[in-house]
Amino acid sequence: MKDNTIICRCSDLTQGDIRELIAKGYRTFDELKRISRIGMGPCQGRTCMQLVLRELSIATGKPISELAPGTFRPPVKSIKLGEILEAIEEGGEEAHG
Amino acid sequence: MVKTADVVIIGGGISGVAIAYNLAKKGIKDVVVIEKNYLASGATGRCGAGIRQQWGTEMNCRMSKYSCEAFETLKEDLDYDGDIEFKQGGYLIISSTEKEHEQFKKNIALQNSLGIQSKLLTLDEAKEVVPFLNTDGLISATFHQKDGHLNPFHTTQAYAEAAKRLGAQIHTFTEVTDIIVENGKIKGVKTNRGDIATNVVVNAAGGYSQLIGNMVGLELPVFSERHQILVTEAVEPILDPMVMSFSLNLYCQQVPHGGFIMGRGDEGEPRDLRITSGWHFVEEMTKTITRVLPPLKNVRFLRQWAGLYNITPDRQPIYGPVDEVEGFYLAIGFSGHGFMLAPATGIVIAESIIGEKTTLPIDMLHINRFKEGNLIFEPSVV
Ligand SMILES: Cc1cc2nc3c(=O)[nH]c(=O)nc-3n(C[C@H](O)[C@H](O)[C@H](O)COP(=O)(O)OP(=O)(O)OC[C@H]3O[C@@H](n4cnc5c(N)ncnc54)[C@H](O)[C@@H]3O)c2cc1C
Ligand code: FES
Repeated sequence: MKDNTIICRCSDLTQGDIRELIAKGYRTFDELKRISRIGMGPCQGRTCMQLVLRELSIATGKPISELAPGTFRPPVKSIKLGEILEAIEEGGEEAHG
Repeated sequence: MVKTADVVIIGGGISGVAIAYNLAKKGIKDVVVIEKNYLASGATGRCGAGIRQQWGTEMNCRMSKYSCEAFETLKEDLDYDGDIEFKQGGYLIISSTEKEHEQFKKNIALQNSLGIQSKLLTLDEAKEVVPFLNTDGLISATFHQKDGHLNPFHTTQAYAEAAKRLGAQIHTFTEVTDIIVENGKIKGVKTNRGDIATNVVVNAAGGYSQLIGNMVGLELPVFSERHQILVTEAVEPILDPMVMSFSLNLYCQQVPHGGFIMGRGDEGEPRDLRITSGWHFVEEMTKTITRVLPPLKNVRFLRQWAGLYNITPDRQPIYGPVDEVEGFYLAIGFSGHGFMLAPATGIVIAESIIGEKTTLPIDMLHINRFKEGNLIFEPSVV
């Protein structure tokens, strides 16, 4: 892969960007995420996390299995606030009905 | 690991790094920050990123004003090559009860007397600031244009890098496990990576500050409470200011990358250092925010998390030394607003350690206020 290969499509970050941050001393997925927004997009890192872990593994010499993956933040699928509201209201009616 | 230090700061959140920077800038050579995880992994990296000067006590007003002015030139002062995302879109604080409206009048009078140019607004005026604000059930609002947003992770990084350039050391993934006290004086700290001899320790451990207090035999008058927060997908900019309400229990702002960050408190939140997230919060948050800001119904919920407020009885921080242990300093109890106070925290704690006259008077924030019982309560918190 070349340096300008996109690693995170949602937050528009390239392999070069990530390598630069790792060279600056960031050593965990969570740190990279907070400084660059990688993994914070609509897919919540499902596309890019493995690629970042691979970069970290190369830089630290640790196997991927030993690296902490990003903290999983619910929900699994994004949903509109209006849809959550409808679900609450329906739930409420059932409780009364 | 280092073996000796002039000052050991426990905690690599915004407070710890701001104190380190100010000490190093004043010429203290061996300043060491110890952080058990990574920088900003505590409350700092989990906070709402809000900066406001609209407070209800003199000290909170003065410290936040000092800090907000510092943020205006912080990127240059710290020579940071990243973006700290400082945006002064204002804070619109809305009232929904008569009592709150009365409090707003007092707050504005206090703020104006201290040079903070906040204004009391009618609901029509509030709608000029946020056209889609649903004013049903509201009474009035206050607004201050200079309040706004700042990126917590980058700001922490900016202070940390500047502190390091001035010679401070920052050890991440290192935990302080005990503090050595002899004859009432600090002698050193123990960490999971070795001991450091020092005469001065700063407790900047955020939600864990009471545990650090226990290490020197003190019961500090603080407790930690979980607070939850969520963010939506990024959309086109539609909301400039932070919208906040104490009586409706909410705050919400659209951050520069486009997502809406919002949070609220809950009486039933655990106080046992838990920071898991719950669905009940999402439902309550959704109900409140879609009533006040209806267009948010169309935005997608993306992610939620939680962090710890370290809370004092009067909702103001505790600054400075303690009588019982020589060399032990506190920068704790920020009660949910310690991010925006960092420049003030950094300067006054550094001055207090060195023995200089502090830039802002901090005697009113000394821990002894709780023994003496002369407390001034901050009324304006979520
Ligand atoms: C949900 C939420 C929203 C918030 N919103 C805002 C806001 O909009 N504006 C605002 O100004 N404030 C806000 N706050 C409050 C703000 O986050 C805190 O007041 C501030 O970040 C405190 O910074 P700190 O450096 O003192 O503590 P922290 O950032 O908590 O840092 C303390 C550090 O100490 C470390 N530590 C603890 N024990 C040890 C040990 N034994 N050894 C080594 N290290 C240790 C921790 O890992 C942690 O990183 C919010 C807080 C929360 C939880
Ligand atoms: S590709 Fe990185 S968050 Fe979606």
